[in-house]
Amino acid sequence: MRVKASSYPYVAWALLFVAIPLGLIVYFSFTDAAGSFTLDNIIQAGIYSNVIIKSVWLSVISTVICLLLGYPLAYIMSRSNPITARTILLLVMLPMWMNFLLRTYGWMTILENNGILNQFFGLFGLGPFEMINTQGAVVLGMVYNYIPFMILPLHSVMSKIGNDVIEAAQDLGASPISVLSEVVVPLSMPGIKTGIIMVFVPAVSTFIISQMLGGGGNQLIGDIIELQFLGNAYNPNLGSAISLVLMVLVLMVMSVSGFLSDDNLEERVL
Amino acid sequence: MKKVLAVLVSLIVLTTSFSSVCFAAPEGDSAYDMEYYSKFQGQGVEINVYNWGEYIADGEDGLMDINAEFTELTGIKVNYLNYETNEAMYAKIKSGANNYDVIFPSDYMVSRLIQEGLVQEINFDNVPNFKYIDKSFVNPIYDPEQKYSVPYAWNRVAIIYNKEKVGYEIDSWDVLWDSAFDGQILMFKNSRDAFGVAQMALGFDINTEDIGELDEAAALLKAQKPLVQAYVMDQVFDKMQNNEAAIATYYVGDYYIMKEVNEDLGLYIPDATNLFVDAVCIPSNAQNKEAAEMYINFLNEPQVAADNMEYILYSTPNTAARELLPDEMKNNPDLYPSAEDLANDVAYINLSNSANLYMDSLWTEILADEEGYNSWFMPAFFIVAIVAIVASMVLRKRKKSRDR
Repeated sequence: MRVKASSYPYVAWALLFVAIPLGLIVYFSFTDAAGSFTLDNIIQAGIYSNVIIKSVWLSVISTVICLLLGYPLAYIMSRSNPITARTILLLVMLPMWMNFLLRTYGWMTILENNGILNQFFGLFGLGPFEMINTQGAVVLGMVYNYIPFMILPLHSVMSKIGNDVIEAAQDLGASPISVLSEVVVPLSMPGIKTGIIMVFVPAVSTFIISQMLGGGGNQLIGDIIELQFLGNAYNPNLGSAISLVLMVLVLMVMSVSGFLSDDNLEERVL
Repeated sequence: MKKVLAVLVSLIVLTTSFSSVCFAAPEGDSAYDMEYYSKFQGQGVEINVYNWGEYIADGEDGLMDINAEFTELTGIKVNYLNYETNEAMYAKIKSGANNYDVIFPSDYMVSRLIQEGLVQEINFDNVPNFKYIDKSFVNPIYDPEQKYSVPYAWNRVAIIYNKEKVGYEIDSWDVLWDSAFDGQILMFKNSRDAFGVAQMALGFDINTEDIGELDEAAALLKAQKPLVQAYVMDQVFDKMQNNEAAIATYYVGDYYIMKEVNEDLGLYIPDATNLFVDAVCIPSNAQNKEAAEMYINFLNEPQVAADNMEYILYSTPNTAARELLPDEMKNNPDLYPSAEDLANDVAYINLSNSANLYMDSLWTEILADEEGYNSWFMPAFFIVAIVAIVASMVLRKRKKSRDR
């Protein structure tokens, strides 16, 4: 009984800040400015299907890169002594102490045609390479900003894998590759799944990164949504409809690939 | 006007250090009407001021820190907040979930706010310094009866270019479509200014609501897109100062700010360009109207307005303040052109709701560069997605019960 009573604040919180806003988004999506029912917003959101596909594609690429970069690091962290592990963890976290916008702004100065990198290449007579205002720059920005969200859940899962388990596998004659594929990867699966969700979801809806590093011509779906709320026309109904489409899309991807309903839900939500 | 970075930096400095620079009061507060300004002294009154970034003198360069000075004079605390675009400010005001006492919308936004009843009439008895406002800025097209707004600063849209990179003197809008400058052009990121440039290049009225003309302007912007390096607002400062781009569309006053850093920059002000006025207004739901009026009046004290304009580098409509400006500013024909020079310039007025919507849909189309599509794609996708979600859940459940 006591447990139940103590959960009321959370229920209230969820209602107030999750359920009601979501309900409002659904309501706005299916109404026009006057408040009567319409499907127009959803139909109009279809104009941007190519932008949605592009956003999903770029986020998938960044998520894969984050996983490829983050997984070995998380493994190294979990196998090293506590002091080294904590130092690496601190280094991973450190950039996050600074404002997200400033970090992205920093990349602009690095990548520009007369930026730090191109000046460096210029010393050897190379370049200038066109780096800013490209899709590659947007992916770089996503990877840079969201990789901690991949490393942290991987680290906390992997540090729970005991050395004895790995040693047992080795004693039984498993090669390093099969130790990895038969023992480490399956045991760290919950961390991989959490990491993918935590990188993919913010990446697919970002708008600042694409505006700063993509030059405004590489619009992602987040930019389109922002424009509906802060643009000249002020069309929150269409903005809500596009957001809803995006949410349904993410939900579909996650549920089809089995992220939502499997047996170790608790383990994954760390 | 719209320097995101500067806003960010100043916000961070504000929140982390709070080491505001103490500003020595200028010789004798007696310059101000103490009887008027002491009305709210000691009452703990606060006003919320919502302004563009980098759009008020803040004590840098030996100029006045206007908000601090106002607080010292009147005892009214100023909560100062920034926005980046008229539209962002409008969305906040429209949502109604806040109360600002003083806002700084541009001309077309003033008329939109008036039309929608989001700003209230100013009691001009409380703004005696309105007498300093240049008569040509009184009863403007966006507020014909001069009831809701006090002009704050004005300026014109122009082309700023790098003389070294361009190599000759620009004399027409057409350079923005010259393929010789592929990847070297910076364009406005807001739809109204971008369409305005295309319409001026085509010789259309910048306030046109004609669908055909809007389509033609959009086609021109689309044709320009491959040449455009980036669509930007305040990032234009960094990019032009660091020779990142050759040509940019921006505002005359900002050219002088950039030129302080990069000597190679040149300016071309087309004969018929957009002249805009940023005004001060009081939203309908303001909490302290009278204190807000006092603030507006203070902004128009000659010395205050002069220091402010020396900082912003736009042009002031306040005649007394203009007299106090340094000679090289008040005699600069780019900033204070003659009446003939201004004759062909046009101001934006608010478009109808449907024209705004249409322009924005064209604008997103330009930026997103989309091909045709089937209008039932999205609803169909919705149904497929929901079916897929339900099916995958059912399958999983079945598998689970079979396993048991």
